[in-house]
This record gives sequence, C-alpha cells and structure tokens, in this order.
Amino acid sequence: MALLEVRDLRVQFETPEGVVQAVNGIDFQVESGETLAIVGESGAGKSQLVMAIMGLLAENGSASGEADFKGRDLMKMPPKELNKIRGCEIAMIFQDPMTSLNPFLTIEKQMTEVVMHHQGLRKQEARAHAVEMLRAVRIPDPEERVKQYPHEYSGGMRQRVMIAMGLLCEPDLLIADEPSTALDVTVQAQITQLVGELRDKSNMSVILITHDMAVVAEVCDRIIVMYAGEMVETGTVDDIFYRPRHPYTQGLLASVPRLDRLSDDELHAIPGNPPNLLDLPSGCRFRDRCSMAREVCFGVPPLQVQENGCMSRCFIDMNNGEFLPAESKGVEENAGEDSK
Amino acid sequence: MNQEGILRHSATRLLGLIPTLLVLITIAFFLIRMAPGGPFDSEKVLPPEIRANLDAKYHLDEPLMQQYFRYLGQIITLDFGPSFQYKDWTVNELIARGFPVSLTVGGLAMLLAFLVGTSIGITAALRQNTAMDYSIMGVAMLGISIPNFVVAPLLILVLAVYQGWLPAGGWDWSIQRMILPVVTLALPVIAYIARLTRGSMIEVLHSNYIRTARAKGLPGHLVIRRHALKPALLPVISFMGPATAGLITGSVVIERIYSIPGLGSYFVQGALNRDYTLVMGVVIFYGVIIILLNFIVDLLYAWMNPKIRYDEVQ
Repeated sequence: MALLEVRDLRVQFETPEGVVQAVNGIDFQVESGETLAIVGESGAGKSQLVMAIMGLLAENGSASGEADFKGRDLMKMPPKELNKIRGCEIAMIFQDPMTSLNPFLTIEKQMTEVVMHHQGLRKQEARAHAVEMLRAVRIPDPEERVKQYPHEYSGGMRQRVMIAMGLLCEPDLLIADEPSTALDVTVQAQITQLVGELRDKSNMSVILITHDMAVVAEVCDRIIVMYAGEMVETGTVDDIFYRPRHPYTQGLLASVPRLDRLSDDELHAIPGNPPNLLDLPSGCRFRDRCSMAREVCFGVPPLQVQENGCMSRCFIDMNNGEFLPAESKGVEENAGEDSK
Repeated sequence: MNQEGILRHSATRLLGLIPTLLVLITIAFFLIRMAPGGPFDSEKVLPPEIRANLDAKYHLDEPLMQQYFRYLGQIITLDFGPSFQYKDWTVNELIARGFPVSLTVGGLAMLLAFLVGTSIGITAALRQNTAMDYSIMGVAMLGISIPNFVVAPLLILVLAVYQGWLPAGGWDWSIQRMILPVVTLALPVIAYIARLTRGSMIEVLHSNYIRTARAKGLPGHLVIRRHALKPALLPVISFMGPATAGLITGSVVIERIYSIPGLGSYFVQGALNRDYTLVMGVVIFYGVIIILLNFIVDLLYAWMNPKIRYDEVQ
C-alpha cells in the first residue's frame, strides 16, 4: 500500500471575481521512501495541492477528493485527528523562510513545542533533541543558537531550522514547498542536498515542489508535471528527462539553461501565459501555447497510461508521436469529466 | 535585553524628559498669559490699590521674563504655587485631592476597556465575516460614535432613575458609585480597542508563521495563545499609552455628570478663570504623565518584541 494516495483532489477558491479552479482532479501516490517532484509554472496549483492535503487552505478555499495517508483519509479527518498527524507523521517546509518562523519566539521555543506536544517530552529532553536536530542540519554552535530569535539567523539558516523542526518527530512524509526558491543560489543547492541527505538516512518519503528542474534531476525518483491545475504528465525522472511526451514538459525542459550547450541562441521560453483559472477553456488547457496544437485539441485530451506508470494527458500518442483520433479515450479513462 | 541595558536605556529616556518638559512649560506659560484678561478680572472692578497689592503678592507686577524664571525656579522644587481662584488651596493640594479619584476611575476604565476590548476583538477576528463578527463590530462602531455626554445621562436614566440599581452620582470611594462613571468612560475605549485588536489579529492570522504553527499540528487555542496573541496586541499596547494618560487625568464631562471630585474640571476651570498657576500645574502634570506612560509603553514594547530588544543592546 502506498504511504499517501491522493484521488481526484480538487481545490477551489471563492473570490470576488468568481470561483478560481486551482486544482482540478489530481491523482497520485507516494510510496514509502520515494521522492516525488511536483513541477510546473507559478499558479499551476502545486502549492495549493499540498496545502489542501495538510488542511492549510485559506478560509476562502475548499477542497474535495481523497488523500489516504496510511489508509486514513486526511481530507475527512476531524481537526483533532489531523493535528496528531501534522507536524508529526507529515511535516512541511514552506517557501519563505524569512517569514515562516515566529519572530516573537526563540528557536528553542518553536522547536521544543513540537516534540513536547506530539511526543510528550519534557522541556529538558525536548531542548536536547532540538539541539541535536540543529546539529544534524549543520547549524554551528547549536547550544547557543537555539536560544536566539529568528531575526538573528540568515535566510538559509532559517530554512535549515525549518527543516530541523520538520524532522524532529521523524516524519514518514516531508512536504517541501519550494524550499530553496527564496534563497540565493549557493544556499539553494545546500538546502536541496540537505533534504536529500536527511531522506537517505531515514527512509522518509518526500514531496518536493519546485520549478527548478536541476534539483529534480538530482534528488527525485518520480515527477508530476502540473499545468493549470491538472496533471499533464507523470513518470520516472528518466522518462521525463529523456522521453518527455507532453509538449508542455518538452517546453519546460527546453527552458532550462544549459551550460554545456552554451550558444548565442536566446533562452527558450514557452510563449504566452497559463489560462485564466477563473474561466478555463474547454478541451486541452495548453492548446493556446502549444506549437503542435491542431483542430483535435479543442476536444478533451485523453489521459494515456503506460504499463510502467507513465501518463500523459495529450492527443499525441505516447508510443509513436502520432495524433490520436478526436474521440479517443485514454487507457484508464478519467479525463473526460474535466470538461465543463 | 539584559538588566544593565534596561537601566541604561531607562536613564537616558528619563533624562530626555527634561527638555521636553521645558518646552512644554515655556509654551504653556506664555500662551496662558497672552490670553486676554487676568486672574483678578471680574465684573466688579477692584479698587486700584487692592489690585496693586494682589499683583504684588503674586508677583504679577514684575516683567514677564522675570516671572517666567521665578516660576521655573519654583517648580524645580516641585512647588506649583497657590491657586489664584481656589483661595487657601495650593495647586499641589488640588492635584493631590483630585488625582487619586481620577486615577481610580480612569485606571479601572482602562483595565475594563483592555480586558473587554481585546476579548471581543479576538472573538470577532476568529469568526471573521460571520454574523457574530458583523454584530460585534457594528456595536463597536456605535460605541465609538455616540459621545459620552449622551451615554452617561441614558445610563443614569435607565440604571439609576428607573431601575434604582445604582446611585446616579456622587463620590464616596464605594464600588457602587464607581460603576457608572467607569463603564461610561470605558465604552468608547472598549470599542476602539476591539476594532484595533480585530484588525491586527486578522493580519497576524494570515501571516506565514501562523501557517507554520498550524502545520506543526498545534491545537487551535495554542496557535492563538502562543503564536498570535503577542504580535496582535502590539498595536493595542502602543495605543494604550496616550489613551491611559487621557483617562487617568480625568474627563471633564464624566466628572461633571456624575459629580466626581476629580482632576478633570480643574483643566477647564483653571483656563476659564485665568488661574495661571492652576493651569500650569495641571498642564505640567499631564505632560509628565503622558511622557511616563509612553516610556512605559516603550519598555513593554521592547519586552514583547525581541527585534527591538536586540537593536537596543547593539
């Protein structure tokens, strides 16, 4: 059984302008010990997907679908039960370390409260544990620094603290929402490597949200590519990097600057913008930006599934690159309901 | 901040109080004397020799600058001089008589306003955009907009005259006689603090560190108490400094309506009668209290906000 199994997850937000469809029916699984990357442009719904799983949506947001963690549905769990899992069995690291720690409390207070609350540790034990964890994420002089406040830490150090805080209870699943985006480049690599290292030590599963393809190649096992609230392609790292099927994935990979192919060419960019989530087009959502788009793409694209688990939501046949006929259905049909 | 840091900081701040007060005294001294009329002008014109004697007794016949420096020399010894209007009373005595009463009423009103205002502000914030939130904030808006000279007679009419539950006025240091003035004084402040608390609490609840606290699996009440309360109360604390100064130095309206022998009426009476020493006395007293309360608020702020503490030590 998968550690986390998400089925038909949908997230929408009520706004004064109308209902924003942020996530439109996502299915995926995370096996234990596996690292799953969720990639896509800003606004693709990556963050809201995991926020929904963690029960952290904003007040105007609502989610439906299932998220079975160890066989129990997180989405229908009463808050009290969910609070036993959050911060303990599932930990989360956020995008902006500068504002994610409480500026009014010491690092010690913010770390010890996790283990004191979840594991009933006493203050002394909790502090020793916190110091040990800070050392594990390579905070120098942790005995002293644990007494300090967040503003006495740099951005990279604060993200290390967030990671240490997340790992205090030895979670089975770590969700990292763009953990290195807000940091400068040298620190970015350190943070990603640190997450990878700590995962290897503990057999924990990781969901890593990022738009940095280099990070994905380095630490991940499987990739989900999201576009406009949908999963457009999924597969192993090798599949996605060497055999991208969906035109959007191909575009994403082509947009990664490569040092080894330095030339005078301009950087490749996918033209246009993602569709308005308030008013999604029928049919393929990538159609307007896709260089391969044809008449057939005004229909709802099928979700093609291969035996090895690779999927692509496109009219282009995964196996031979030919266009499928307009009425074609995916092998495992669950794409049709996405249309209006 | 360490002990030594606090002491050094406090000493500097208190020394800084002196020039501020000097400016205040100078402006007040010359302003009140620029106002037409004097303490001994009345409908009945005094015989010139009596008038001259009076002026001589109170040194009003000296050049203004000489009077000014004489006054400065006098208040260094904390002596505000005799009142011109309240014969046989010194200004010190008047303040000593009125201030404890105003301090009690105002202090209790502030305490009440803080406790009730923050509680309902937080309640409204936690139920943002519900019927409860709207009704609390609607009532708070009413509380701010209805002046206390309307609220006070209404309360007296209903609770004292019709129901007879509480005395309509007077002062004998009993709880019964304090209830109405304290409540009247507190109502608009409750309303203001409630709105302030609601706004800042909502802002804090949307911050990233509250999301982190929730992601840690802490129960809701702990997220509020441990993570949100302190930052949400900071704006309230800074509002309370000057507001408390206003309340504890007495409200003319409240003290008139409820017949309370507080400090408030001296402000008006002193100014109307050109009672120079009394006006100067209460102005300086008020100034010192405002400066002291702002100083206390700063200390509280530093105590609550680690970032400020850090900068001070640096």
